[in-house]
Amino acid sequence: MAKVKVKKQSTFIDMTAMSDVTVLLLTFFMLTSTFIQKEPITVNTPASVSEIKIPETNILTVLVDDKGKIFLGLDNPQDRVATLKAVGEDYGYDFTAAQINNFKYLATFGVPIISMAGFLDKTTEEQDKYLLDLDNNRVGIPTDSVEVKDALGVISKDNEFKRWVSHAKKACADRQQALVESGVIKDDEVQPLQIAIKADQTTDYPVIKKVMDDLRDMRENRYLLITNLRTASSE
Amino acid sequence: MAEVQTNDHNDSGKKNKQKKQTLRVDFTPMVDMNMLLITFFMFCTTLLKPQTMRLSMPTKDKVEEEEQNKARQSSAITLLIGGDDKLYYYEGMPEAAYENPDFLREIPYKKKGGEENEENIRTYLIKRNNGTYQKIEELKFQLADEKITEKEFTEKSIEIQDEAMKKLKIAPTVIIKPTELASYKNLVDVIDEMLICHIGAYTILDLSDGDRYLLYKKTSKGEYLSDAQRAAGIK
Repeated sequence: MAKVKVKKQSTFIDMTAMSDVTVLLLTFFMLTSTFIQKEPITVNTPASVSEIKIPETNILTVLVDDKGKIFLGLDNPQDRVATLKAVGEDYGYDFTAAQINNFKYLATFGVPIISMAGFLDKTTEEQDKYLLDLDNNRVGIPTDSVEVKDALGVISKDNEFKRWVSHAKKACADRQQALVESGVIKDDEVQPLQIAIKADQTTDYPVIKKVMDDLRDMRENRYLLITNLRTASSE
Repeated sequence: MAEVQTNDHNDSGKKNKQKKQTLRVDFTPMVDMNMLLITFFMFCTTLLKPQTMRLSMPTKDKVEEEEQNKARQSSAITLLIGGDDKLYYYEGMPEAAYENPDFLREIPYKKKGGEENEENIRTYLIKRNNGTYQKIEELKFQLADEKITEKEFTEKSIEIQDEAMKKLKIAPTVIIKPTELASYKNLVDVIDEMLICHIGAYTILDLSDGDRYLLYKKTSKGEYLSDAQRAAGIK
């Protein structure tokens, strides 16, 4: 019986075209997308037709969850550190270099200043776990007005949230002023820190009102409300 | 494709006769790696940049503000945002019509379908702001046809809104008053309608006692109040 001769066939598939496509896709993703920022709480923002894009720099995000817990996000690490030092000074807390270094990497923070040092000593995993417990009153920036005596003995009614915002504002302005003086940027390129409010759509109005009232006390009357684009399907 | 053929055509065929070589590079690992990277980018980045909505709140400086509000209110539409996604409106001053039960009217956020000429907040505002609305919509068409630039569009629409406001005095002022029961979504939805209907002047204020009284009367209708209604109507 004659043997059936199986023809030897090469199974080599040319992957060059495939590789071209994947590289193209990869380039597209790298150029168009931005990294998702880690936030302690997920908020579902309401939809709107407004198409104004959020500015990329000099922005302070006030993250409000549906129970009124407040977290702050500051885009510039340098400002973040300056703000932490200033707020710590107000309340008489000192931070070690390691703690400050840890704070530099926290894009969004929301712990009362009393527990801040302890929080910054934790590892990232422990911090995440700590922030998960939203019922804990040691999570979120306090907005209750308690009279506080500062280092100079001056009594102030400003709550922690207000202090964070005003110091952030100052840190941002100072940093840009220094840049102007050293000639890196021009005078007209200075942008004041803008406040963006990012709140869940189910948040009750009084919660938002409280935040806005605190900001209005500091003569901050213009905000950016972060929204989703309203599409035909969400109508 | 990924083959580099090195054929040395040596016609004489005597000396240095080289072997025909095909240089094939296997791209499969490259494709694998790219796919991994693409997956990573797809999971960790977002293509959507958050949209924002600009909001300016009135300042807290109380100087003559009450007086100004009163002056404006006589020709204003006041929107009361109630709980359970309900919206009410009245025109002019509340003091004028405490006895008129139809003074405060309920109006839906959007058409529920069915009737052709059913009124909702959008149709109502467009009707009241018709002149300005038509003009700006015309501009929008011009923008879509690329007859004018985006910058011109913004400038012209502001001009139209200003003119309607100051010279012609036909544009309505809208006063938005959210109750304690309103949600953040309700507020953003209402501001969104202002943008859609091109209303230039709108402001967010607190409920006055008159508004509470009107709401209370509207929602109770002489029946026993539910807790929610009681909170909306009276303090």
